[in-house]
Amino acid sequence: MPDPTITLEVMRYGPGRDETPTYQSYRVPYREDWVVLDALNYIKDELDGTLTYRWSCRMGVCGSCGMMINGTPKLSCAAFLKDYYPSAVRVEPLANFPIARDLVIVMDDFMENLSRVKPWIIREDERPTSEGEYRQTPAELDRYKQFSMCINCLLCYSACPVYALEPHFVGPAAIALAARYNLDSRDRGSAERRDIVAGPDGVWDCTLVGECSVVCPKGVDPAGAIQQAKLASALDWMKSIVLPWGRR
Amino acid sequence: MGPPMTPYRRPVRFTWWLGHRGYTLFVLRELTSLFIGAEAVLLLLLLHNLSKGRESYEAYLTFLTAPGMIVLHIVALAAAIFHAVTWFALAPKAMVVRVGGRRVPPPAIIAANYGALAVASLIIAWIVLGRIP
Repeated sequence: MPDPTITLEVMRYGPGRDETPTYQSYRVPYREDWVVLDALNYIKDELDGTLTYRWSCRMGVCGSCGMMINGTPKLSCAAFLKDYYPSAVRVEPLANFPIARDLVIVMDDFMENLSRVKPWIIREDERPTSEGEYRQTPAELDRYKQFSMCINCLLCYSACPVYALEPHFVGPAAIALAARYNLDSRDRGSAERRDIVAGPDGVWDCTLVGECSVVCPKGVDPAGAIQQAKLASALDWMKSIVLPWGRR
Repeated sequence: MGPPMTPYRRPVRFTWWLGHRGYTLFVLRELTSLFIGAEAVLLLLLLHNLSKGRESYEAYLTFLTAPGMIVLHIVALAAAIFHAVTWFALAPKAMVVRVGGRRVPPPAIIAANYGALAVASLIIAWIVLGRIP
């Protein structure tokens, strides 16, 4: 009996070569313990060295290998061939992003949004290290820990129809990371993040489709982060009406 | 010269919300607002006719009993229930309530929303009927 094989239909796009993307089929060995990324590496090594894609850790930590697998955003290192075999698997670059080449997307927009939400601990005044660390209780850690698990894989942006239709939307992961720092007891920067989080391209663009949280491989729940930020933003606004002289 | 060396932007099709259950349910939930809006217009027309006097009010009530209007009301009721159920199911995403350092479990948040709905309905019934049914 011949060794079993599986077909990958891979989207190809060569800037300067193609007007629009095309699909190319590759037949690769089927192994029960292979993921889509293993199959792509087989193509790159054995069949077609021109195929371009991003990957690094192969274990769901680096967030580089996100792709559309049969139309769903997934980490290709976590998408097992056995879940699709014997049907062909369609592999495309992450939706809602421009395609740089083959399976590689342009993520400049996300990198800009990420820096706009200032994803680091902001202090009013920094203490010298000689005074020791900023201490935190397990309960304080628990408030933001879930949102700190984000690996910037961008699957949530690919699942978000709002990001597809409103490209200025700051988006799920960047807002979840803003929430991660806003909820950190050591942080004092929520007022600095407010303009971007609660601004015209921020949380109020979200219509709560909820698919970002469905596809998140790390259980971050960006949809939850956005709704909680809406609530916080609404309360901030009400406070500014009721207590206009108060500290904002 | 070939095509330009630029990234390719895939177009968003009008049918993006078909063919994926999550997107379809979301768009259906948004479309329920059309029926809620229609109900609001009918209610405003009711007030308008009431202000014009008895005859006009009774003519409007007769208009509301037309088969098409009854079908519209049934569809609007179904839409409102669909919206309320799916919206309450999402409530725990926005409401993180901590009691004694622990997060209140999502089903309890959903149950509290239904409880609030029941209380609000009883108050409205009390105002309209003058007694609690």
